[in-house]
Amino acid sequence: MLNIVRPFKREKDRNGDESILVEARHVSFRYDQRETLSDIELKIIRGDFLGIIGPNGSGKSTLLRMLLGLLRPEKGEVFLWGDPVDKFRRWPLIGYVPQKAIAFNTAFPATVWEVVYAGRLGRKGLFGWKNHHDKEIVDECLEKVGMTKYAGQLIGNLSGGQQQRVFIAQALAGEPEILFLDEPTVGVDAEQQELFYSLLEDLNHNMGLTVVLVSHDIGVITERVNKLVCLNRRLFFHGEVGGFKARQTEILAKMYGHPVQMVQHHHH
Amino acid sequence: MFGFTEMFQHDFMVRAFLAGLMVAVICPSIGLFLVLRRLSLIGDTISHISLAGVAGGMLWGVYPPLMALTFSLIAVLGLEKLRRSYQNYAEISTAVFLSGGVALAVILLSVKKSASSDIISYLFGSIIAVNRQDLVILSAVLAIVLIVIGSLYHRFFYISFSEEKAQLSGLPVYGLNLVLMVLAALVVASSMRIVGILLVSSMLVLPVAASLQIARSFREAFWLAQAYALTSVTAGLLASYFLDLAPGGSIVLLAAFLLVSTILVKKAWLRLRPLRAKDRLSAKELAKIQ
Repeated sequence: MLNIVRPFKREKDRNGDESILVEARHVSFRYDQRETLSDIELKIIRGDFLGIIGPNGSGKSTLLRMLLGLLRPEKGEVFLWGDPVDKFRRWPLIGYVPQKAIAFNTAFPATVWEVVYAGRLGRKGLFGWKNHHDKEIVDECLEKVGMTKYAGQLIGNLSGGQQQRVFIAQALAGEPEILFLDEPTVGVDAEQQELFYSLLEDLNHNMGLTVVLVSHDIGVITERVNKLVCLNRRLFFHGEVGGFKARQTEILAKMYGHPVQMVQHHHH
Repeated sequence: MFGFTEMFQHDFMVRAFLAGLMVAVICPSIGLFLVLRRLSLIGDTISHISLAGVAGGMLWGVYPPLMALTFSLIAVLGLEKLRRSYQNYAEISTAVFLSGGVALAVILLSVKKSASSDIISYLFGSIIAVNRQDLVILSAVLAIVLIVIGSLYHRFFYISFSEEKAQLSGLPVYGLNLVLMVLAALVVASSMRIVGILLVSSMLVLPVAASLQIARSFREAFWLAQAYALTSVTAGLLASYFLDLAPGGSIVLLAAFLLVSTILVKKAWLRLRPLRAKDRLSAKELAKIQ
């Protein structure tokens, strides 16, 4: 089987602890005078299947964008693989699947294969032609997400769930060590969601990929992930999902500022 | 036969065809990326800045296309900067530069006073006007476009598809944008001689618009746009020669005609084609709906 996770050659180990891939230290962010995030402390360890949950407007996407270096924190610092985010250069280690709605224009004339291949470009850099190895990786990524037979189709002709899979394949094509997904199941039907979470579990368990999932769907997420971050402008919980479940009512009540009835989702 | 051989005995027609075919290759190659990045109007802006350049060239006795190129290169650098400060209203920057270019052109022309017939050949394009120097410049631009697009094709694809993802993957998005803008300036300045300043931007957009109607992949969109452009340039130049029409106008009208025909044929095709097997709902899917 292909080992998609193929780390970059490491320069000197700077931070000591190799297993911390992403770390936020006392990160705050202000948007229009209002504190959107305050004093966030966060560590993402290799192998985590982490859910970041919180209500709409809780700053989840802001946090994600800061972890990805797309937004600069007001206070505090973000470290990626031990390097401060400004100095970090090994961007292909990070795979990112943004919210679908803002991700692309469905009329874009691109086939599934072309879209997935684009995900390899970070590895290839500015120059370099498509070679046999690239083609193999793209084909393998398509197979991994079960979209091989759609390779020649226009991306806009697929269903929401299928497009989501293609974007995961695109992220995998860069051979990342961590995969970030922002609200990935919005607009995806229930059956496809089930397949989608199984795929993420497979990537996490069998391929050792670290997965970070941002979602407002608390019920589903807590059934799937092994670690959880509860966020509503500040952290209300960060740890093993078991620890969350033990005090879930209390944590959610604090996070929302009022008692919350959990909707239980059952999986087969 | 029908005057074709006679036509190519005129040196100016040979030059016009050479120039036209090069224009047909370079315009949609850049145009495709501009259209997909929602920058269709950038061609208009650059061409209006070029107008100021042409006027300046005439005034100061410099080869006008060269002056046009200088002006538009300066402008695209400014444009990219302004576009960054109005990220959500990218079209503001194009509007500002477009009107600024026209205003400057009008001022320069009013200082020069006697350039009216010359400027008209630049505005509307001319077959007779294409000279050896224009051809040399066009070939150089053609070579640059082919080399740059040839080597960065997939990178431009990625920034057009998702600028954010491209940036996150570590590609130098700002630099790539700038390269694309500079190429656009080169293409406009070198193409305007034959198609005309007022119409050059339509060569960036119309063949691409037609190709997007039917392309089934990005690669296909790229090649189809060139096929559309080559067809309209060839037919347009023939029409211009035999019917004595302005070349820019006939080329662009033909491109527009091809676009409309493509849309109509596509509509008719979608309506008339028999339902293909894979489009039919399977019994299982039907059962699910009911």
